[in-house]
Amino acid sequence: MNDLEALRFRDPVRARALVDALGHHVRRAARPPDRPLAVMHVCGSHEQAIARFGLRATFPEGLEVIMGPGCPVCVTDVPEVDEAVALARQGVRIATYGDMLRVPGTAQSLADARAAGAKVDVVYSVTQAVELARRLEEELVFFASEFETTAVATAAVILAGPPANFSILSAHKYIPPVMEIVAEMPGTRVEGFLAAGHAATITGWGVFTPFVARHRVPVVVAGFEPLDVLAGLVRLVELIVDGDARVDNAYPRCVDEHGNRAAQAMLWQVFEPMGGRWRGIAHVPNGNLRLRGAHARWDARRRFKIDLAALWDHAPPALVQHCQCGDIMAGISSPHACPLFGTACTPDAPVGACMVSTEGTCRIWHQYGGRPDLRPRAAGATP
Amino acid sequence: MTDLARLRPVDERISLKYGAGGRAMRALIEQIFADGMGEVPGGVGLAAMDDGAVIPIGDHRWLVLTTDSHVVKPRFFPGGDIGRLAVAGTVNDLAMMGATEPLALTCAAIVEEGFARAELERIWASIRATCVEAGTTVVTGDTKVMGRGELDGLALNTTGVAITDRYVRDCELRPGDLLIVTGTVGDHGLAVMATRHELALEIELRSDVAPVNGLVRAALAVGGAGVVAMKDPTRGGLASALAEMAGKSRVGIEVREPAVPVSDAVRAAGELLGIDPLVVANEGKVVMGVRPAAVDAVLAALRAHPQGAAAAVIGVCTDERPGAVVLDTGFGRRLLSEAEGELQPRIC
Repeated sequence: MNDLEALRFRDPVRARALVDALGHHVRRAARPPDRPLAVMHVCGSHEQAIARFGLRATFPEGLEVIMGPGCPVCVTDVPEVDEAVALARQGVRIATYGDMLRVPGTAQSLADARAAGAKVDVVYSVTQAVELARRLEEELVFFASEFETTAVATAAVILAGPPANFSILSAHKYIPPVMEIVAEMPGTRVEGFLAAGHAATITGWGVFTPFVARHRVPVVVAGFEPLDVLAGLVRLVELIVDGDARVDNAYPRCVDEHGNRAAQAMLWQVFEPMGGRWRGIAHVPNGNLRLRGAHARWDARRRFKIDLAALWDHAPPALVQHCQCGDIMAGISSPHACPLFGTACTPDAPVGACMVSTEGTCRIWHQYGGRPDLRPRAAGATP
Repeated sequence: MTDLARLRPVDERISLKYGAGGRAMRALIEQIFADGMGEVPGGVGLAAMDDGAVIPIGDHRWLVLTTDSHVVKPRFFPGGDIGRLAVAGTVNDLAMMGATEPLALTCAAIVEEGFARAELERIWASIRATCVEAGTTVVTGDTKVMGRGELDGLALNTTGVAITDRYVRDCELRPGDLLIVTGTVGDHGLAVMATRHELALEIELRSDVAPVNGLVRAALAVGGAGVVAMKDPTRGGLASALAEMAGKSRVGIEVREPAVPVSDAVRAAGELLGIDPLVVANEGKVVMGVRPAAVDAVLAALRAHPQGAAAAVIGVCTDERPGAVVLDTGFGRRLLSEAEGELQPRIC
């Protein structure tokens, strides 16, 4: 899609029409004020679009849009960060995405390790990490995070045969299983899910059909321009109010039912799903993507002896025990309910991963002032 | 002191965030560097954390003094290099205080052992050319060579001095004042980042690094006392500059995002890297606070200057939410806050 076409999805006039439609369906629901209609999105890019374009300020009262466990940095758990930090402290060169640098592990983040002399490079793609490895003689470990969309890129690199000094420390995660966890969580208020359009280009929207059948909640696949997000929410709320539990595709220009089968084949050829912890959420069966045995030679976990015990001699993670990232990502708590928020935990000095990532709920609340009332108080204030 | 609120105590170790131009850096300056120093009766001292110091020399005249150190990776980037940056950075800091006729600069160089003579010559040719552009010259300096590995190539420090009969601060906005930006934002930061991350883009990004004292002179000539605040949106970009101006002046600022000039190339690179052009550095732009009566004349003067063709009114000061910058995106509204820590490309 070219830039001009993208601009069609940034039309403020159409946005206002969608906001009106959203208000219409929310009013139709006629909920009492203490029980708003609650939907969850499971994608950091959706939150980014909502925050960047100021959409939250336009959502009607009576609608709560909860940010679910869709921020890849936030759900990367302490043990995975510890593995990367331990490798870095053992002298192995690490390449990773910028956001991952400051995610706290048990005692240190990769940024802390770098400040103490470890070799940590920031890259913006796995391909760039491979190019870096080709220029080096030493070992380079790519600390790979993110969901199935990015895992496909990692898989493609593995299948293309990277240089011998390159390996992967996979913290890749798979979204569909965690939606099951959230839907089954006791006390969950989530009545519908907005699913990530880019992941669905790989998996197809059909991947959500069994989920909808099991849990009887609607799922709408949506894109990332402001109009995409609004159109997805309008459709989702409409389905909830009508009691119509089904999968709907609000991103048809990119997503179809079956997805990209070649990409799926690459993904599952290289990775296998395994159970594992997501930070603060729970053990998620099949939620983690690990390299299959056939690709063991590229697996940093098998190439190196990772000495985690050496890390635990450092400062104890006292504050982390009070961190509520998990409940916040599950939509059953909010940053203002956390004793650390804004005091012991800030973007300058984050305790939990939700404060680290630009896509994290706490970071966004801190940065954008929670849900401030930003309506102009005086008419004609802006030039 | 500043009203920028609740700065955290500085950590035991100085990490990179302390050099990023945001709250952490202000905490470091306030708690260590400015502690017990830099009071200037009748002028502007270190504690004001303005773009430079202003020292009264009598007869309604002031000496303006500023200094700036430069390290940049890579040293040569589309549109400029470390030498041009070193001269423009200091000339522009003087201009932001209202001093548009730099008397002279100093330039100190710390060079890593093994540095190529040809590269030094190339950088000094750029320093000379930029001095000519700004109407100044380097009159003294200092040279150190450090062992290999003790420094990454080259660090430059420039100091500038000027005399002015009127100075402009960054804290004198009041409700109703309009904010002008003198051209497109984000060019320098994204050009450097795209070069550093080896982004292959179809449209070339170019840094805007340039001395802007001529542009500011043109604005002040017609705007006079109607130009009440100036800041060059360097590290931290437009967002940091506006946040500082709002905080120090105790006004709210409302910015209309569609009015902020951003080039197509910068917009594309920003989307690719997940970095907002409003939070990255500019090295040839000015944010001006202007009284409403002066705005038409100032805007016309800026647009008549080759460096100000894209100048635009981007926002207005209000008495609501003092210290906060609200961005009207055209879709909704949000707070525009400063970037914290180093800027890193986002994951996806």
